[in-house]
Amino acid sequence: MRYARVTVRYKDGVLDPQGTTIQRALSDLGFAQIESVRTGRTFELALAEGATRDTVEKACRALLANPVIETFEIEMPR
Amino acid sequence: MKFGVVVFPGSNCDYDAYTAIRDVLRQPVEYLWHADADLKGVDCIILPGGFSYGDYLRAGAVARFAPVLQKVVEFARDGGPVLGICNGFQILLEAGLLPGAMLKNRNLRFVHRDVYLACENRETPFTCAVAEGAILRMPVSHGEGNYYAPPDVIAMLERTNRVVFRYVARGGERSAAANPNGSQNDIAGICNEAGNVVGLMPHPDRAYEAVLGSTDGLALFESPIRALRGEPCEA
Repeated sequence: MRYARVTVRYKDGVLDPQGTTIQRALSDLGFAQIESVRTGRTFELALAEGATRDTVEKACRALLANPVIETFEIEMPR
Repeated sequence: MKFGVVVFPGSNCDYDAYTAIRDVLRQPVEYLWHADADLKGVDCIILPGGFSYGDYLRAGAVARFAPVLQKVVEFARDGGPVLGICNGFQILLEAGLLPGAMLKNRNLRFVHRDVYLACENRETPFTCAVAEGAILRMPVSHGEGNYYAPPDVIAMLERTNRVVFRYVARGGERSAAANPNGSQNDIAGICNEAGNVVGLMPHPDRAYEAVLGSTDGLALFESPIRALRGEPCEA
């Protein structure tokens, strides 16, 4: 099976309260070198024959990402 | 005047809105099942609170594709009054009937407490029965009520009087402590350009009888009755 991988994350400038909290926790644990954390989520999409980047991009715009607050990146199978 | 309350799998405030309308206002009211593309001839639609489809992916993101919602969108575009409460507000945002999006609460916690609201636009079909200058008390109950929109959209909402409800302190003044979730400009509720679609995070459906601690929410359900009769705003 061919898989596409989609990563959805907050746009720059949109507050990420989870990321901020995780960064603080890491800092408390001594990871002072990690200066900021942005969270996101990954989707693995199993593709049937004929599915293209365009198919995946349309799915991202329709549902997987909210364009008001999120951006997405697509990695297609080789 | 017939109300419709939409029921999604995971709605949990549908019965609250239903009983407020049936038992207190004594108006006809019907449930509208999510899978039926049928509005049963209602004059006003309530999208209730809850966790439609488990809030999977993002709150309201999946409910947007329910068959009934296509009809709700048409109803709203034709000027029909639509009120989204809490999860209903999130659905209106995801459906594009209202601008912006919800982020997790600033403190990452689910917040459940009473808030005070200033009603800043009394010309919508859901606020025309609110008395001028009234500060309304009702509960919030949500994990994702931190309203976000790009700066130009926030400026447009403010300029065009589309911020309908704002979190304030008990006396009506703005304060950081009065904002339960970190929403921009203390925004608790907004309307669309025409004013017929209103969404808010607080729960008027949990503040409609004295035994619930407040009756301030009732005005939101009385308003569409008044609006449909063409009666003027409350003095």
